[in-house]
Amino acid sequence: MSKRIGMEIAMAAAEAVALCRPDVIAAYPITPNTHIPEHLSEIVAEGRLDCEYLPVESEHSALSACTGASGAGARVFTATSSQGLLYMGEIVPIVPSMRLPVIMCLGNRAISGPINIWNDHSDVMAVRDMGWISMFASNGQETIDMVIQAFKIGEHADVMLPVFVNLDGFQLTHVVEAMIMPDQEEVDKFLPPRKPFAALHPDNVVSMGTLGLPDIYNEAKKAVDEAMINSKKVILEVWKEWEKMFGRKYEPIMGYKAKDADVLMMTMGSIGETAQAAVDELRKEGFKAGLLDLKLFRPFPVDDLKKAVKGVKSFIVIDRAVMHGGPVAPVCAEVKSILYDEPVRPVISNEIIGLGGRDVRVEDFMNMFKKAAKGKPERAYEIYGVRG
Amino acid sequence: MTEKKWPETWQNVNPGLMIFKAGSSRSYLTGGWRAQKPIWDNTKCIKCGVCYLFCPEACITEDAEGYFTADLNYCKGCGICYHECWPRAIKMVED
Amino acid sequence: MKGIIENFDLFAPKLVDKEEYYASGHRACQGCGEALAIRLMCKALGKDTVVTNATGCMEVTATPYPTTAWKLPWIHVAFPNSAAVGSGVESALKVLRRKGRIADRDIKVVSIGGDGASFDIGIQAISGAMERGHNMIYIVYDNEAYMNTGIQRSSATPFGASTTTQPAGKESVGNKTWKKNMAEIMVAHRVPYVATACHSYPFDFMNKVKKARKVNGPAFIHCLAVCPTGWRCPSDACIKMGRLAVETGIFPLYEVEDGKYKMTIEMPKKLRPMEDYLKPQGRFRHLKPDEIEIFRGMAMLEYNKVLERIKHSKSWSEMKS
Repeated sequence: MSKRIGMEIAMAAAEAVALCRPDVIAAYPITPNTHIPEHLSEIVAEGRLDCEYLPVESEHSALSACTGASGAGARVFTATSSQGLLYMGEIVPIVPSMRLPVIMCLGNRAISGPINIWNDHSDVMAVRDMGWISMFASNGQETIDMVIQAFKIGEHADVMLPVFVNLDGFQLTHVVEAMIMPDQEEVDKFLPPRKPFAALHPDNVVSMGTLGLPDIYNEAKKAVDEAMINSKKVILEVWKEWEKMFGRKYEPIMGYKAKDADVLMMTMGSIGETAQAAVDELRKEGFKAGLLDLKLFRPFPVDDLKKAVKGVKSFIVIDRAVMHGGPVAPVCAEVKSILYDEPVRPVISNEIIGLGGRDVRVEDFMNMFKKAAKGKPERAYEIYGVRG
Repeated sequence: MTEKKWPETWQNVNPGLMIFKAGSSRSYLTGGWRAQKPIWDNTKCIKCGVCYLFCPEACITEDAEGYFTADLNYCKGCGICYHECWPRAIKMVED
Repeated sequence: MKGIIENFDLFAPKLVDKEEYYASGHRACQGCGEALAIRLMCKALGKDTVVTNATGCMEVTATPYPTTAWKLPWIHVAFPNSAAVGSGVESALKVLRRKGRIADRDIKVVSIGGDGASFDIGIQAISGAMERGHNMIYIVYDNEAYMNTGIQRSSATPFGASTTTQPAGKESVGNKTWKKNMAEIMVAHRVPYVATACHSYPFDFMNKVKKARKVNGPAFIHCLAVCPTGWRCPSDACIKMGRLAVETGIFPLYEVEDGKYKMTIEMPKKLRPMEDYLKPQGRFRHLKPDEIEIFRGMAMLEYNKVLERIKHSKSWSEMKS
């Protein structure tokens, strides 16, 4: 029977991972996600989880060990942030190309420089196009749920892709919340042991990670691309099954007072919950604000976005990373690209907020809404609140 | 399993470019590389098997009588067998 | 002729495993020492093995999709991480066997890589995997440069060798430093079995692989692999060059078991002159007599260090009390 618990979200994520019975965990500590591998190693040390825990010597080796273990047919997990993700960045695109599922929790943290350990999305944005499925949790409950869902999605026979579960560093990882934690029996029912497509074993000899000459590379890439596109079907099925079993609903984009909004804003991750408070305040004043929470970032839910913004006059896309040299910030670039062919398009403004963990308050969101209501923005994108 | 036609389509290509046919490199005949080939003189051969042991291509095999020959489909003509044969039973001829 | 048959058991090749786990048709150069060494390694390991391979000659020449020369389960991920991937595979096999999801049978994980992938870019992964004590063997196939990408120097390149990133010239002798002593580094990691080997001494090499396989923990073998292409010597000289490397004292064949050093082949009473080794190789062609003397000094330093350790080392079990 699921039970209501109160604990730090990073630890809850670790508990959720343990419920999934991973076989191999290889992780390297980096603030702010350290509590996830730390708590997992505690769980293993207490004998609550039968698993090989590898205290590897670097993030690069962490993901390499996970890839090897996944190749051998094990269920694997790792966690990192920011610089750690960039250090394993060489291996990040290799994992989906080998169709090996690896589940990774990212405690989103700003990438250096300047060095900064606080929360923004620049780390996951740096690797967004490499072929990993990517989901964003907005609170502790979503973190637990998405971690368990991620194993089922990634290991699914029609998917076989690695999955990022993003949770905001410090804003979520170090925050204590009340959450409902499923029990082992429920998770075992939802998530059976992994059945790998192929595994490294002398009884069934296979060569993995082979050389892709120019005459086959295009086909290999297209195959992974199609797998990513088709994974959306599996993600929706898994979410439907989750709702049936646990009563909590997940959709790629979920609206908050969005149906009749004049000005709509889209966020990813926990900052959306602050934006919700702003929407409530504005609604009290008679301002028709609305919010979209983008939960599935990769594969990007193209049709869901088009549907969600239909009829809206003004659309604010919130980004939490800079795309240096680009026309707008990452998420907005994708939104504009999707809406380009639509016959009727909203006025789009792009606000980059909370870089490097800078606080964003309810009033800030209210200001952004009011500014957007005034008309077309002066510039294609703004770094909100920068002094000078 | 039906043979796949080369070049494969994206639908057809093995997931992750995994290869399930162990030792399938044998479909590529490296014999075309060589400029010389080894010839055994069985009157001198003492059947020690050194040539077999030192061939990087694994193309030298023992026949029923214990003498050795190179599989010319794969022999790259490197000459190691000739160089290592201490009774001088092998010589390299132009090919 | 005597040099060819010394240290060699003539009729024993017939007792070697006849199975070929590294099939013909691979695209290695004619006379490739590394391909030969891998073929011999597989014979010593047998079929209950999983191989992890770093990017390099052996990976590229053996597995161009859709064909593979490997008849053992094999995985390649990237350049610096063969040992890390191996540690992951070893952990997975261990836990899957413990949980009853795979057969209860010993399967050895062997991680291989070239000198580039092992001494330089991959040294961190090897250090980590060996330090954590995984039950695996790491075998480095040392052809003394980054051969696959065109003969660039590595930290295993000996003094005076001309490589494309440290070429010989008016102002340069070629590579300026001696080979990194990876075996020593592994002994410092308290690896229970460390050995140096060469494909030119096939039985010594295969016995060491078999011994490493028996260790319930990490083992490390440094195998010298002659590259006629990169060393610029004739392809048929592959085996001879390996022998000369050993007989001149440049690459002594020894093993360190539980910390105790032992030479595994009988070294000639008088080491052969360095010129015998250097002259047939184009990469050393430019060396002048005084530079050869520097080369000799560096090689003899390492050789004498090994002799000292053979004389004085005690096993770790002895030293524990």
